[in-house]
Amino acid sequence: MQYHTPTSFDDAIAIAAQADGVTRFLAGGTDVLVQMRADILTPDTLINVKGIDGVKDITRTPEGGWQIGIAVSGAEMTEHPELGRDWPGVVEATDLIGSTQVQGRCTMVGNLCNASPAADAVPAMVAAGITVTVSGPDGTREVAVEDIPTGPGKTSLASGEMITRITLPPRGENGGDAYLRFIPRTEMDIAVVGCGINLRVDGDTITEARVALGAVAPTVRLVAEAAEAIIGTTLDDAALAALAEAASAACSPIDDKRGTIKFRTHVAGVLAQRAARIAYARATGQKDS
Amino acid sequence: MALDDRKTSGFTQVGTRPNRPDGLDKVTGRARFGADVTAPGMLFATIVRSPHAHARIKKIDSSKAEALAGVKGVVTRADFATGLTGENWNILENVMAGDTALYDGHAVAAVAATSALIARDAAKLIEVEYEILPHVTDVDAAMADNAPVIREGAADKSVPEGMHPNVVRYHESGHGDVDAGFAEADLVIEDHFRTEATHQGYIEPHACLATLGGDGKGELWCCTQGHWNVQKICAALLGIETANLRVTASEIGGGFGGKTAVFIEPVALALARKTNKPVKLVMPRPDVFKATGPTASTSMDIKIGMKKDGTITAAQGVFRLQGGAFPGAPMEFTAMCAFAPYALKHVHQVGYDVITNRPKQAAYRAPGSPMAAFAVESVIDELCRKLELDPIETRLKNASKKGTKASFGPMFDQIGLVETLEAAKAHPHYSAPLKPGQGRGISCGFWFNHGGETAVTLALSEDGTAQLAVGTPDIGGSRASMALMAAEELGIPYENIRVTIADTATLGYNEVSHGSRVTYASGLATIEAARDAVGKLCARAAAKWGIPEDAVKWENGCAVPSGPNAGDFDPMPIAEITKRMGATGGPIVGHFEATPEGAGVSFATHIVDAEVDPETGKTSVVRYTVVQDAGKAIHPTYVEGQYQGGAAQGIGWALNEEYIYGDDGRLQNAVFLDYRIPVASDLPMIDTVIVEVPNPGHPYGVRGVGETSICPPLAAIANAVSAAAGVRLRELPMSPPRILAALERQRDG
Repeated sequence: MQYHTPTSFDDAIAIAAQADGVTRFLAGGTDVLVQMRADILTPDTLINVKGIDGVKDITRTPEGGWQIGIAVSGAEMTEHPELGRDWPGVVEATDLIGSTQVQGRCTMVGNLCNASPAADAVPAMVAAGITVTVSGPDGTREVAVEDIPTGPGKTSLASGEMITRITLPPRGENGGDAYLRFIPRTEMDIAVVGCGINLRVDGDTITEARVALGAVAPTVRLVAEAAEAIIGTTLDDAALAALAEAASAACSPIDDKRGTIKFRTHVAGVLAQRAARIAYARATGQKDS
Repeated sequence: MALDDRKTSGFTQVGTRPNRPDGLDKVTGRARFGADVTAPGMLFATIVRSPHAHARIKKIDSSKAEALAGVKGVVTRADFATGLTGENWNILENVMAGDTALYDGHAVAAVAATSALIARDAAKLIEVEYEILPHVTDVDAAMADNAPVIREGAADKSVPEGMHPNVVRYHESGHGDVDAGFAEADLVIEDHFRTEATHQGYIEPHACLATLGGDGKGELWCCTQGHWNVQKICAALLGIETANLRVTASEIGGGFGGKTAVFIEPVALALARKTNKPVKLVMPRPDVFKATGPTASTSMDIKIGMKKDGTITAAQGVFRLQGGAFPGAPMEFTAMCAFAPYALKHVHQVGYDVITNRPKQAAYRAPGSPMAAFAVESVIDELCRKLELDPIETRLKNASKKGTKASFGPMFDQIGLVETLEAAKAHPHYSAPLKPGQGRGISCGFWFNHGGETAVTLALSEDGTAQLAVGTPDIGGSRASMALMAAEELGIPYENIRVTIADTATLGYNEVSHGSRVTYASGLATIEAARDAVGKLCARAAAKWGIPEDAVKWENGCAVPSGPNAGDFDPMPIAEITKRMGATGGPIVGHFEATPEGAGVSFATHIVDAEVDPETGKTSVVRYTVVQDAGKAIHPTYVEGQYQGGAAQGIGWALNEEYIYGDDGRLQNAVFLDYRIPVASDLPMIDTVIVEVPNPGHPYGVRGVGETSICPPLAAIANAVSAAAGVRLRELPMSPPRILAALERQRDG
């Protein structure tokens, strides 16, 4: 195994582009180091990105959004004084990853590129409309989060490409987001179902919405039908019922040790309703329920 | 000198709560656990395990592994003793497969190398050729006519004719005429229950360091609940003399019964013998799940008849347990504990021990009893519900007491079940209002408790302090309890007693720390050893004063004349005697060796409030109270710790823990991420009530407390969840998908 500690993205990309075999980037290491320890995967090339300038920064964009460095940990996001006011759902979702110890290391990009269908941060990122900057030997492109994972453990990144930046859109007025997951315990568990919802209201009426589901399909799913079920409504009972139905209809989960198809499909609808209520309360300025 | 044998009041030390003597070591990291030792030239070992549930081993080729730089030796079954029989053969077959791999994770070879990473790589180079055989992992499926036969001839003589060869032991017990009893009932409920296997879940994986020279002499450091047992088994499996293997028990990071068995130690010794180097072997967590003992899984049928006034007229149970690929599932305990809390005229119980393609089960805290309580107490709860009876009053009406003929045969002596039920009834928890969506469950539980072979020595130092050597590894704060009992007898401060878990070379045989026996049996031996030392101290004082030995008694750490007629001498403190002991007859050492047989049985009553989310099936345990008879609580904090620990493990077992097998017979969840033990935030504060009904078989009245505490939780939680959900849950774990499915079935009628 080759271990590298580049100090610029250009160097990191050059190393990755020339590497043979399996390459992994190391930021928090909460997936890759565990996989190495458990003898699941031993990369041929391991590139530590923490020495690159700016990777630990959280900054406001000129448009009023946020840029988050690729090595910013969950704990740093949670403790940021303003980020969580704009995007509580995204911050809370990231905060659900692992334990207190893991929070000190884990990163959103790691969670995204590990490409687990059950990743906690990803449905919230998708709902929020977050994009990532992908850089490689052939240049740089801006990609929506939902287009990064292509299947369990697989991403759309080409060989030599890496994510160099995360961009959260401006929160704007009258918006709110939320993420909920179902686990049989209270913490230290992996999502059996996850749901992120981001919406905007005009008065009491929802004008924009994005609904994303995790752990119910090979990749995190952005469910337009579920969003449409609540746009134009005041999140009344009929809208919530339609939301649950659309969310459940979008599921194509598997039966496994963590949950059954039937259970996941049903709970996706339940979580969508609950997350929508929280996001709606946040958007309309009500106190969190 | 005269000493009362029994002491039930006037304690000065017993019943206080000093810090545990091993506490500082544990919080500072100075304590040495199984993996914490090294030796010069030490090698690291890895075990190669079968990926198949059932497969004939056709060939093992280790040539590529042995050619790898750093590899020093490979062992297979050929490196162990031959000609073993009985349980020694079973253990060897489990420790290292012979012709056939019997479960996913069964050891087939092991390699030692100069680093852990080389050993890991070398293990991958050992080529094993398998012929896959049909497998079965479910207990009911393994008893069916068409089930694959795991091993011909494994059954003993107890099994009736015509049963499948996978049924290896049979048990039947009871008294009266159950049919007549059921005929007297106003309501009879018969139901089927199932529980999945759960693992003891100790945080410390098995670990050891072994040496074994060409002279057949060896040393073993290991994490175990009983090192004399390790010594005896390892000597047999390696074909060496018992006394030539000295075993030292490390500090232990949890055992719960799972470390009463031997898994890796013989392998490390075989590698040490082959390489002539110290060999360290630490089990990775997936191996712990796959290849060390979980408890048995069960399939149970219960039938109970009750009169309208709550009198139980008859009870019967059929208990089918699978305990992996070897005999030993504790079905007789399941059968014998099932109805023990109740005084029954007509009772009958049957048990089946069934082998499957799963790891060899090991003891887990009151082995077999919690599952029985789950099934029986669920039916009693249902009877109370249907007959509109109070669950505690009904249990009180039927409760076993002194003189009751137990469901498993003998007559109960002084027991404390009624007292725990009365205390539960009086506890504010029992009358506290429930919120919507919550349900309350009650259950009783029973465990036999055990005495067992025990040896203790207590050596006095010249300054009047004492060194107490016991042979029972401290799995629950027992060193603190031993020091309290020794301090009570000697009349010296608790801090003046150092308690050591002695190695196998320095004490007589000590049975493992199991059966809730340590505070009872090692405690009894400690008290007797201290009394032995006190007798010798009094004799030295008598000699000094020139009066008869029986004219001296021991009070507050001093020898004093036993009465005015004995003479007028100032009290002689312990340190004054020990300071001169070399010149007055030599070292003063008290000792005691015996197999105490008066371990008093123990009962508990638990109260649980649970809340069920009807949309997701998720359960929260919102309030929990344990009421249990301790006989006499030596160190109440550690008694409470046992109560809380039993409840905590019971919550995991009831709600989320389970062994999940795929269709291929492989274990699907051999990591803590997917084997869901409760985390701290899953648990409420667990309230405890210590009831003390003295055990006549212990000088202070102690009853073991470690196991009874896990007997009621499965049932109490199931009763609470069933009340909250409005539907009876008959299968464990009561995981959210299972609860949602039950709710749906009920909705659909």
